[in-house]
Amino acid sequence: MDLSVHTQPQYPLGGEERHTLAMQTPAPCEYSRATSVDDAIGQLEALNGNARILAGGHSLIPMMKLRLANPGHLIDINPLEPELNYIRQEGNEIRIGAMTRHRDMLESDLLERTFPHIFAEAEAVLADPVVRNRGTIGGSLCQSDPAEDLSGVVVALKGVAVLRGPGGAERLVEMDEFHVGPYMTAVGDTEMLTEVRFPIQPGHGSAHEKVERRAGDFAIVAASAVLSIQGGVIKSAGVACSAVGPTTMHIERAEKALVGQAPSEQLFAEAGKMASEDCSPSNDGRGPADYKRHVAGVLTTRALSRAAATALR
Amino acid sequence: MLVSMTINGQEHSHDVEPRLLLVHYIRENAELHGTHWGCDTSNCGICVVLMDGEPIKSCTTLAAMADGHEIITVEGLEAADGTLDPIQQGFHEMHGLHCGFCTPGMMVTGRWLIDKHPNPTQMTDHEIRDAISGGLCRCTGYNNIVKAIRWAAAYEADAAGRS
Repeated sequence: MDLSVHTQPQYPLGGEERHTLAMQTPAPCEYSRATSVDDAIGQLEALNGNARILAGGHSLIPMMKLRLANPGHLIDINPLEPELNYIRQEGNEIRIGAMTRHRDMLESDLLERTFPHIFAEAEAVLADPVVRNRGTIGGSLCQSDPAEDLSGVVVALKGVAVLRGPGGAERLVEMDEFHVGPYMTAVGDTEMLTEVRFPIQPGHGSAHEKVERRAGDFAIVAASAVLSIQGGVIKSAGVACSAVGPTTMHIERAEKALVGQAPSEQLFAEAGKMASEDCSPSNDGRGPADYKRHVAGVLTTRALSRAAATALR
Repeated sequence: MLVSMTINGQEHSHDVEPRLLLVHYIRENAELHGTHWGCDTSNCGICVVLMDGEPIKSCTTLAAMADGHEIITVEGLEAADGTLDPIQQGFHEMHGLHCGFCTPGMMVTGRWLIDKHPNPTQMTDHEIRDAISGGLCRCTGYNNIVKAIRWAAAYEADAAGRS
């Protein structure tokens, strides 16, 4: 009996052989495990930037297979999960550790109580349960995929990234500065994202709306909306759209138009129109740009309406 | 690099390249061919195995990342005497497969769903379909897979009631 799998030449194969077998495998690289955050940063320093932090791996490993990422070395931070997987309140902030998995955010009572219902809604439609067992918030943000759902949530909630560098130096980076471009972030070669912080607002209501082609797919368009309503007036607002630009689109004009106003369907329709005008989608396999522009407006209006209903409940 | 892990209760240790994917380690180093290798892009869910009890896509995990961990593949579901796990029996009873390519991933994911669900006999169709939404089947239309998982849950509840 010829079982070709047994007679196959030594695996894994690189270069030309890879193509003949249509095999998707990452290019050769080294691998090490981090023993602490500072050890991971020390390794990044020692490797002079030719390394990437490996968390859940569900963005980075596919990118390596496609040769869109070619790190010479992977520093696995999964051993740091006890230290970096947490969701906790500190003062007037919620802090989420970089190794917190999507499933933990989906199932977190603290997040659902503090930010109803944006995390639960976005995480329920982000990839599938098996992927959510592995993928992390740090990985999602550092992948900086403009079509990814959680990045939109973080932008709308005005999340702040904590980046740690050599010598324990920490800097706080807002999302507008964090997302530099598609698959590009402000995280330096010897820095690591350790935590994301979210301000808690009274009278909070939020929602995530998504249109996708099939369950678990990346969005055709998604919209994330956050409102804080006190005394019948919108005190603060966050609006972000995914998959309609080179980065997660922060719709600041809509936020400014919302603050100080009483919530109304007409107001949310205007904000949706601004999202539709201010995003910059492109034509691709998921649809033509004018369609995506239309959907961005509709989803933004819907998300704001539902956020307001939650806030006023 | 030297990678060691427990697969279905058995120790495995091999010198591999750091870039080796877990699915290939399982199939080619451990020579367990029950785990299938499908889309290679974490979309199809055929390569799902349990790592420390949680289903993961083994095409998107490096063998190195599984070093020191406990893996259960579809071969590890059946009892030592060869008795099929109820989830496997369920796929047999309800004709939960046609070509069989997605079956290992569906069975492993179904096993996890029943184990983690507080009340498996009360699972809704939506819960089952959501749990297996990371797996693609091109034959069955999923109806029989949902029935197979439900069969296993009912069988186990029955068996627990009898004992």
